[in-house]
Amino acid sequence: MEFGPYLMLATLEGAVAAAVLALTAVGLSLVFGVMRVVNVAHGEFYMIGAVIAWVVATGIGGHPAVGFVAALLVAPLVAGSVAAAADYLVLKRLNYDPETTIVATIGLLYIIQQVTLMTFGPEARPVEAPFDARLALPWVEVVAGQWQLYWPWGLSTTAYKLFVIGAAVVVLLGVWLVMARTRLGMVLRAAQLDPEMARAFGIDVDRVYALVFGIGAGLAALGAVLIVPIQQAHYLMGGDPLLLSFIVVIIGGLGSVAGTVVAAVLIGLSDGIISMFFSPTLAKIIATVLVACVLVFRPQGLFGTRAA
Amino acid sequence: MILSTRGLSKRFGGVHAVEGVDFDLPQGQIRAIIGPNGAGKSTFVGLVSGRIPPSAGSVAFEGADVTGLPAHRRIGLGMAYTFQITSVFANLSLHENVALAARARLGSDRAAVEARVASALTRVGLSEPPETAAGDLSYGHQRLLEIAMGLAQEPRLLILDEPTQGLTDGEVAAFIQLVRDLGGPTTILLIEHNMTVVMETAERITVMNFGQILAEGTPAEIRADAAVQAAYLGTG
Amino acid sequence: MSDRRATALHAAIVAALAAGYFVLPEYHSGNLARIMVLAVYAMGYNILFGYTGLLSLGHALFFAAGMYGLALPIEHLGLAPLPAFAIGVTAAFVVSAAIGALALRTVGVAFMIVTLMFAQAGFLLALYFGAWTGGDEGFAIPQSLRSVAGIDLTAGDTRYGAALVLFAACLFITARVVQTPFGRALIAIRENEERARMLGYDVTRLKLWAVILSGTMAGAAGAAYALLFGYAGASFAGVQHSILPLLWVLLGGAGTTIGPLIGTGFMFYLIDISSEITTAYMIVAGLALVLLVLFARAGIAGELRRRVWRWLP
Repeated sequence: MEFGPYLMLATLEGAVAAAVLALTAVGLSLVFGVMRVVNVAHGEFYMIGAVIAWVVATGIGGHPAVGFVAALLVAPLVAGSVAAAADYLVLKRLNYDPETTIVATIGLLYIIQQVTLMTFGPEARPVEAPFDARLALPWVEVVAGQWQLYWPWGLSTTAYKLFVIGAAVVVLLGVWLVMARTRLGMVLRAAQLDPEMARAFGIDVDRVYALVFGIGAGLAALGAVLIVPIQQAHYLMGGDPLLLSFIVVIIGGLGSVAGTVVAAVLIGLSDGIISMFFSPTLAKIIATVLVACVLVFRPQGLFGTRAA
Repeated sequence: MILSTRGLSKRFGGVHAVEGVDFDLPQGQIRAIIGPNGAGKSTFVGLVSGRIPPSAGSVAFEGADVTGLPAHRRIGLGMAYTFQITSVFANLSLHENVALAARARLGSDRAAVEARVASALTRVGLSEPPETAAGDLSYGHQRLLEIAMGLAQEPRLLILDEPTQGLTDGEVAAFIQLVRDLGGPTTILLIEHNMTVVMETAERITVMNFGQILAEGTPAEIRADAAVQAAYLGTG
Repeated sequence: MSDRRATALHAAIVAALAAGYFVLPEYHSGNLARIMVLAVYAMGYNILFGYTGLLSLGHALFFAAGMYGLALPIEHLGLAPLPAFAIGVTAAFVVSAAIGALALRTVGVAFMIVTLMFAQAGFLLALYFGAWTGGDEGFAIPQSLRSVAGIDLTAGDTRYGAALVLFAACLFITARVVQTPFGRALIAIRENEERARMLGYDVTRLKLWAVILSGTMAGAAGAAYALLFGYAGASFAGVQHSILPLLWVLLGGAGTTIGPLIGTGFMFYLIDISSEITTAYMIVAGLALVLLVLFARAGIAGELRRRVWRWLP
């Protein structure tokens, strides 16, 4: 294949990764922004989403679309409930002390991961896409001084991948609407700015925190449900999204949701593109070191304005 | 002059906490800084000790410009600073608190550290067993411990930020005597709200208001100063 | 007074460990050799976490620097174990100095994440250079290359002895360091950094030396592990291996000299026993972390000090 079409394919793959990453990272960012909790178990809620999607899809049977729609509803709910319970049972009792909660969420990470290993098992399990139409992609070439479209052989994607991108955009718009336009969003921002003041105004901060932790996990699970027809559900699948979400949240400025989305698109796209041309390991090494240096030299993130 | 500042300023956002302060403190003097709350006194000594970086201006200690030096280097040159909000090592023993202060200067000379700890504790009148955890002391005694930590450094310039807050009358009287005894070899810069302490210890008084120096003089002059009375004393 | 009791306690522990070899069945003495080396790793971690109050999530990088620093020259250059050990320790020293200088520009949560990120980069680097490191699989160091001055370190007794020597050395170093003005200053930083600074301590420099001492000790453990057990692999550089010393130290008692050994031994057997029951044995680590932060922050030795022996070092 020529370079141009190849790059387009890589960009498309990157866009799918970016879409899912944006969902996952916004969940992490929301939790950090409102609760000041760095949730190391975030990748495990993602993994729960994928596993539940498999459970629901195989449990329901019938047309894959039925199971998929059910998973879209059930998986975020399950992951969110597990997270809310963890918040209530553990994090709340630690008074959200930043360093101690990190240690606790490391513990949660192992508990969730290992319980999944005990029940779901060590196999990677596929989930069927709700629809699997293939779309041929056009490219342009110059024939006798004229631009014209043609369909190179092998240049195609699935309709489902485009759907993933669209779905992520819709969900993110929804999150933005909730944050900007609803009473819930106002309560969240109040709890973020000054928990004591919010409490004084009669906001049940404990419930808000449990809710935020649940929503954060739910967003990760939603991302996983979307990706699981493309990848597979596996009990160790939470590691990469966790690392990438960290990178995104740090680059975008800790706790800034808009910065997180921009950074997710940037990182997802460049990760997809770089990985097509270079060793993915090398890409990860460079990304990790760069991000660590961002934290060291520019803790407010590349797009953030205030100090974290 | 043991301490001089020129044009020393600190802005927090748009607020001028300290603005263009020229301040001179001769060797051996006991100087009090007074002023209403929010006058910039604590910020000023924060700038002097290096806790807070200045927005503009310079600080000279014993004739050398120390503006660019971090706090620990200034302390190493012979300043000591006691905190306004009690900031002892609550989980460590009384003895260890003072020993940490002494060791910063003396290093590993155990005998010298022990001698200095004992002398500092005696001078402030802390008689609890030395292994008592600092956090278990009463508030007033934590203030005394804070002062003892300053003394144990045997500084040439001792900066005391509201040392008598929360002390009993008897402890205040002892403190006044202590400051008088220290004067001479030790230059003392005292931020104080208690006017009795100020009038009975300070040789000269600097009055700050709105981040600037409003007046400076002997206790008698300050008492007579109309501007000071208007800004500060007159109301009380 | 309490100094003397502490020294006696440490000597007794070392003597008991020495006697342990002759008393315990071979399986357990083999485990104990491993525990002693890993306890050195935990002691290194404890200097930074327990005494200085800095929580690193990237100590596997220092362990791995020591491990590869020893194993790669032996494997690829045929270097003798002693100079290779020196290279391993030096590598950990250099890496910890560099990471410390960078990471100490941040505080709190950012420090944890930065150390995690750098360690992750180190782990990926080990994978990337899989041609030399063997990647995840790692490589075994042949028995023939693992003898020092004619002593074969692969035999049970010499291996146990070497582990004990290293453990004892690091235990006494830790016990000594925390009594020196340097060690006391580290504790002061842990308790109240701003106050320590305003007493004239150069806290940045002190913290850097704490990272270096801590990282170098972790590296010595890594080098010893590779030498005594004949294996180097990237899994020792992974995130999980950074979290284990945190777990051991929390469990045994942060900021106590004997806590790291207690925590390492306890967790080693807990995981050993549960791995016979389930493949998901790391659930023990997860539960332990959550329960410790919820109910026993001080760890085993810390609780002992609080309730029974106030003098415990």
